[in-house]
Amino acid sequence: MAGPAATYDLGKLHGGLRLAARKSESTGLPIQSLPLPRQLILPIDQHVGDPAQPLVGIGERVLKGQVLAEPPGTLGAPVHAPSSGEVVAIEPWPVAGRHGDPAPCIVIECDGEDRAMESWEEPIPYAELPGDTVLQKILQGGIVGLGGAVYPTAQKLMQAVSCDLDYLILNGAEWGPYISCDDMLMRERAHDIVSGARILLHALQLDCAYIVVESDKPEAIRQLAAAMTDAGDERLTLKQIPTIYPSGGEDQLVQLVTNREVPSGGLPTDIGCLVQNVGTAAAIHDWLQAGEPLISRITTITGDGIANPMNVRARIGTPLAEIAEFAGGYTEDARHLVIGGPMTGKSVSNDRVPLVKATNCILVMSALPANGPELPCIRCGECAAVCPVQLLPQQIFWYACADDEAQLREYGLIDCIECGCCDLVCPSHIPLTYDFRMAKARIRELADEKARAERARRRFEARNERRQREQSEREAELARQKAEARQAGPDAIAEILKRKRREDGD
Amino acid sequence: MWIAILTLTVIALIAGLGLGFAARKLPSNSSELVERVNDLLPQTQCAQCGYPGCRPYAAAIVEDGEAINLCPPGGNDTVRRLADLLGRDEIPPLATGPAAPAVAVIDESLCIGCTYCRAACPVDAIVGAHQLMHTVIETECTGCELCLAPCPVDCITMRGS
Repeated sequence: MAGPAATYDLGKLHGGLRLAARKSESTGLPIQSLPLPRQLILPIDQHVGDPAQPLVGIGERVLKGQVLAEPPGTLGAPVHAPSSGEVVAIEPWPVAGRHGDPAPCIVIECDGEDRAMESWEEPIPYAELPGDTVLQKILQGGIVGLGGAVYPTAQKLMQAVSCDLDYLILNGAEWGPYISCDDMLMRERAHDIVSGARILLHALQLDCAYIVVESDKPEAIRQLAAAMTDAGDERLTLKQIPTIYPSGGEDQLVQLVTNREVPSGGLPTDIGCLVQNVGTAAAIHDWLQAGEPLISRITTITGDGIANPMNVRARIGTPLAEIAEFAGGYTEDARHLVIGGPMTGKSVSNDRVPLVKATNCILVMSALPANGPELPCIRCGECAAVCPVQLLPQQIFWYACADDEAQLREYGLIDCIECGCCDLVCPSHIPLTYDFRMAKARIRELADEKARAERARRRFEARNERRQREQSEREAELARQKAEARQAGPDAIAEILKRKRREDGD
Repeated sequence: MWIAILTLTVIALIAGLGLGFAARKLPSNSSELVERVNDLLPQTQCAQCGYPGCRPYAAAIVEDGEAINLCPPGGNDTVRRLADLLGRDEIPPLATGPAAPAVAVIDESLCIGCTYCRAACPVDAIVGAHQLMHTVIETECTGCELCLAPCPVDCITMRGS
């Protein structure tokens, strides 16, 4: 093997599962470029934070790479036009977003010319720029975490800069079976990932980065090793980890690689680590070195409901139906469309939904994994054995049924990463992850209610105080006037009354 | 034996005096309990319990043994939590039905700018000046309905959130 060998000194991961990978179906072909679709549908809310606000109007002509929408607040990412064309609508459209309802989207009718803005193709000499400037530049690229969490990358980096960082960790471990987009990216674009990693190291002023790959991706490891030899950068280290689901989770990866445990309710930056997806690193390279903002991504389209499973590079906003058609169309027994992997993905009812920055996998299945009828918990403890966060799912389930908020907090429900391992091993087929998600929403709701009540209480008290103050001021004023009159004596009062009468008489 | 009796009597006396002194001189913790009861109430300040706000009701519960099922916005959950906190055994159902969360909405085309609703709002969630249109700050409205009655033109309605 050329280049540095992948090292194995690992921390421990509790629990987890070895799942059938089912990735070979989609890794047979190189990454295919999807032809330009007729229409692009761009949700303005493709990231964590505030939805971006449209800057363009209906009927406006836009160029590839033009900013269509900017985030209003501090947290968010801009949305760029993936191709040139005309804005034909800004309207609600079904999306596979975080809430599942139709969301406001900008619809572009492509003109097929794919004309780019003029300022393109100027590599930025990032090494000569200070870190802050590079971060600002990344912010403008609309880049978000491509592992699936879609947290705006620039803000994550800016928050991390103020922490005491030791390591940058590039996550090349995929989130579950079927998904192979990161694998293919690492095989075909290893140089770009390495370049992105070096940009990140410069922006963060760090001198140690781990690129972490699961051991079932030998080709990706070979390519990355070769790219790192070419770059000759001492700061980069390639690490190999065993293929255990969910080692691709941020906290789990940190623990595997550095043997440091992310504290409850904390972030990896609390223990000196910053995790970025390999796809995000490549997107940063594309933006700073090729001038292309985040307008396309690699996604896996696979499952037994698809004729030719493969990885495609498609423009953001492409309807899933077109991607499915490109991949040979649906087979006869295609029944379910799932976005994301089989473990945490979201079932959608309609293939008009667009590809968004978060879509790492489109899974078409003939049948969802059969789950028997739900039975009572027998407290076997299998779920606790596999929980990668070392929670006690059976106990949390108990408290979730009882709606016991205090105990749910006590037992760390908030730290549940919703990986679905406990569901899979539960002999009673209890949909634990679903129940936990509901309980989390309930806790959030209660906290909101509490905050609201607290605000109302403060306003009520402030109002009472004000009214009391006004009352006492009025009384004081009255007392002052009385005292004044008394001091002036009866003659003065008579004088005033006489003058008053004279004035009224006039 | 007498020594033992004497010792115990002295200990009992000292302890009794100490406790009596503490009960009289140290501040009672009922105000703390009032705060905890107040924390459980929904802070809508709607006065539907018959008291002018949540804290007065909390004080009445703790100090005068008022019933704990008088808060419609809190619903039966609040009654249960109050019973838990106060160690009351029976959990009475809500005296009236629970109130659905709602916010007040002023029909701005009808508002005559009388400021009566503004004065009635317990949480200062209505803005507006004399002879000028008023409006409700939606995020601050607790849905207490206290602004409905004073409005001379009935231009305020409750809308479910």
